[in-house]
Amino acid sequence: MPSVVEYYDVCVVGAGHAGCEAALAAARLGFETMLFTISIDSIAMMPCNPNIGGSSKGHLVREIDALGGEMGKNIDKTFIQSKMLNKSKGPAVHSLRAQADKASYTMEMRKTLQKTEHLTIKQAEAASILTEGEGEDRRITGLKTVSGGTYRCKAVVLCTGTYLKARCLTGEMVTQTGPNGLQAANYLTDSLREHGIEIYRFKTGTPARIDKRSIDFSKMKEQFGDETVVPFSFTTNPKDVQIDQVSCWLTYTNEKTHEIIRDNLDRSPLFAGVIEGTGPRYCPSIEDKVVKFADKERHQVFIEPEGLSTNEMYISGMSSSLPEDVQYQMYRSVPGLEHAKIVRNAYAIEYDCINPNQLYPSLELKTIKGLFCGGQINGSSGYEEAACQGLMAGINACMYIQGKDPLVLDRSEAYIGVLIDDLVTKENHEPYRMMTSRAEYRLLLRQDNADLRLSKKGYEVGLLQKERYDWVLEKEALISDELRRVQKVMIGASRNVQDLLVSFDSIPLNTGTSLAELIRRPELNYDMLAPIDPDRPDLPKEVTEQVNINIKYEGYISRQIKQVSQFKKLEKKKLPKELDYRKVHSLRIEAVQKLNQIKPVSIGQASRISGVSPADISMILVYLEQQKHKEGL
Amino acid sequence: MSGCESHTIHYGFVMDGDQVADEVMAVLMKAPRSYTREDTVEINCHGGTLVMKRVLELIIKNGARPAEPGEFTKRAFLNGRIDLAQAESVLDLIKAGNDFAWKASMEQLKGSLSDAVRRMRAIILHEIAFIESAIDDPEHYPMEGYGDTLLKNIKPVLDEVEQLLFHAEDGAVLKEGIHTVIAGKPNSGKSSLLNALSGRQRAIVTDIAGTTRDAIEEQVLLRGIELHVTDTAGIRNTNDPVEKIGVETAKEYIERSDLIIYVADASAPLDEDDKNIIEQIKNRNVIVLLNKSDLPAAVTQEEITALLDKPVLSVSAKFKDGIEDLADLIEEMFLHGKIDPNHEIYITNIRHKNALTEAKKSLLLVKQSVLDGMPEDFYSIDLMNAYEILGSIVGEAVEDDLVNEIFSKFCMGK
Repeated sequence: MPSVVEYYDVCVVGAGHAGCEAALAAARLGFETMLFTISIDSIAMMPCNPNIGGSSKGHLVREIDALGGEMGKNIDKTFIQSKMLNKSKGPAVHSLRAQADKASYTMEMRKTLQKTEHLTIKQAEAASILTEGEGEDRRITGLKTVSGGTYRCKAVVLCTGTYLKARCLTGEMVTQTGPNGLQAANYLTDSLREHGIEIYRFKTGTPARIDKRSIDFSKMKEQFGDETVVPFSFTTNPKDVQIDQVSCWLTYTNEKTHEIIRDNLDRSPLFAGVIEGTGPRYCPSIEDKVVKFADKERHQVFIEPEGLSTNEMYISGMSSSLPEDVQYQMYRSVPGLEHAKIVRNAYAIEYDCINPNQLYPSLELKTIKGLFCGGQINGSSGYEEAACQGLMAGINACMYIQGKDPLVLDRSEAYIGVLIDDLVTKENHEPYRMMTSRAEYRLLLRQDNADLRLSKKGYEVGLLQKERYDWVLEKEALISDELRRVQKVMIGASRNVQDLLVSFDSIPLNTGTSLAELIRRPELNYDMLAPIDPDRPDLPKEVTEQVNINIKYEGYISRQIKQVSQFKKLEKKKLPKELDYRKVHSLRIEAVQKLNQIKPVSIGQASRISGVSPADISMILVYLEQQKHKEGL
Repeated sequence: MSGCESHTIHYGFVMDGDQVADEVMAVLMKAPRSYTREDTVEINCHGGTLVMKRVLELIIKNGARPAEPGEFTKRAFLNGRIDLAQAESVLDLIKAGNDFAWKASMEQLKGSLSDAVRRMRAIILHEIAFIESAIDDPEHYPMEGYGDTLLKNIKPVLDEVEQLLFHAEDGAVLKEGIHTVIAGKPNSGKSSLLNALSGRQRAIVTDIAGTTRDAIEEQVLLRGIELHVTDTAGIRNTNDPVEKIGVETAKEYIERSDLIIYVADASAPLDEDDKNIIEQIKNRNVIVLLNKSDLPAAVTQEEITALLDKPVLSVSAKFKDGIEDLADLIEEMFLHGKIDPNHEIYITNIRHKNALTEAKKSLLLVKQSVLDGMPEDFYSIDLMNAYEILGSIVGEAVEDDLVNEIFSKFCMGK
């Protein structure tokens, strides 16, 4: 039977947040790219929470932007409320979060894809991957769609999200669909299994959407956006994001809510054993929370708008897989939701993903050259986590085609590096969510300096424009000049200085000191000292912000830099791919298995594998040392 | 022998072909019940270098190889029988030069330091875990007032680190001993003092001033404290070229010492030579002995103190009077209280001491952060440092070349 055969450089499967970034990266780098999606109307769909960013996820978006990705730009065009979180805490945990107009977010991303050169979009379901060669030489050659078309290509990026053999559960009701009732992808898993890829089954969930008109907001606390909005993208003009914002609302569950849940736990598929997948610990359903924090009297519930053109409100903090009737009781027990009308039920969703330990840090599969995976297929959870992996997988697919070294970020360079290293190295049996605490060097990996950290890489890859990169270089120079200046400028104990200090409850000076010393005082900062710093140059806010942070937290930053240099030492000690760990004297069996499975690229990565102890690492080091001696003889 | 039961002794001959090399006893220890947790055979042969050499050569000819420095202990460490601190205590044990060093390293081999380190690390880890949870889930892990809680919770750790460091000074004194110089002008009785301390006729004692020309060194054990005593030539202006060299050497020893015992002749008035000596030692650790208390006094304690503000004791070296007072004074000067290696941990290893000093620094920085009102997320940077550095003591933190470096310090195949 004749069928369609087409040729591309890169095929991307799935047009969610990962797939969009992957396809855009590949096409922008000049590679002919085909993007497959089950439904064109659901490109960059947000099937769960209506926001982008949040604690540590905001960092990811900033990093995506610094590397030349799209997510930050897209949310800047479509947000309806924005907030910098954790402002009372240190700069490391400040994080940007914006409420999105879901429909516009999808539409804007679709527009961007449609006008990108070298990018073709096709509504089709991938059925199988095509490979050739055996063992070490096995490589990807293309894929086949369910409709029988063959698409030959040099690299494939799988971004299948939650669609593989997806199944949605609301109490006793089970449907074989993907998110939002969309068609599931039922063929690709089998093809992956046939190629020896280990498959996991994960679960996640989403709360109900409630009609705005049925909510009594007078019983809730209004949550406003920031007065001055900071854009996500370093390229967005801050003036363009000062818009009229909508509010979110805060209410709480109570003992009655918890009682309803406890009484109906037997009807929850999660507790009744119907759900096979493992759910995320850090994004738990309300059932999980009630069980886990049994003595907690109430849990926060945020009511968030899903967009300007819909009445639907997202009930954040109350995702559930309880049956419809219990959902009504449960939601209606919450103050302000007594007369709630549910537009869409809460549901849990189960899907297939792969064991990400099968991937290199480049996100390429170890056993099939040219096959990359990004997003929820790798066992992660969240739009931002997906997008950054899609971007890295897309970039590295292009690197692979060109025979270049992959772009790998380490844990001291980016949250993206932490996320991918965790996925490919550690044992992961539940959807992986980015968290601030996962980053060891978070004082260096701030959201405010993502451009300084990563623009060079984005530029070298070819995704960041030259003008943009030139500005980052200029900014760096401005920062270091100003840092030098504030260390040098001496402030005497003059009348106006003392007055200013007193006005900020700061102890007056006994003797002259440097401007830097004053900035370092907890109650002061760079901006506050402007009146006593007459020679201060006129610098953009993004420069002075860096100066302030670098001076204020200098001691902590330098200690963290020391930790990083320790870390880098171990990262630099490379482990040969062909090393058979069975040969390493007296390694424990568990360690040998893990090491041979994961094949860490460095001593550093090896030390992070669950089940490999410091003593095991010592043994490997000793072994390597002996090998060196042997070679030397 | 592999068929035999573990922990048995076997009698037989080591054969070189048809020839008997030696008549031996062999001890069989099967894994994991051996020093390294591996199968081990120990061969006891007759003494004598040639016999041992023959046996060793035979074994090597048959496929064995000589152990690298510290290899057995390294294997014991890598096989998890002992941790790093314990492995190092083996080295210290081998090198122990006195009773105290032996006891202190034996305690550490038994794991006393390792246990303390693990206890402290567990406390720190608990706090790190709380901070990290709270950063990501502030709703369920509230941070209000946490700074004070943290200070309270890490106080025992800080106390313990300080306690260990406090005793580490004693440990160093006791392990290394005190470099002590006996100084004084000729014929003040320095050699008699050395003899009194060592309990034997170590130096020749005559009435002739300037008898001791060269510096005489002697190890003296005083209440468990090892004194490396140097008896120097009496310091005076002299034209005798040989005595002159002796005097110069004496001055050098004074510069390098931990303690100077200045012996003054109480039966003769202080003269220019005494004043010269006092000038040289006035900024050092000094104990003044007014010797010859058995003779009529010509110098009073007050006279000495007016010139040199240091503790003064009246002794008679000749009749061993006042030596106990001297011992009391040395203990008081160098040790913090009573030494009790059976109940206290005495760090004697400089690597451990440095790690503890670093850990203390980090913990004090945590404290400072709390007092400065820094946001909670800053605490974990220095807590993490303290945690890691303590881990390095027992080898629970991954460090690049630490293991290879430590075991290279062993000079033999133990």
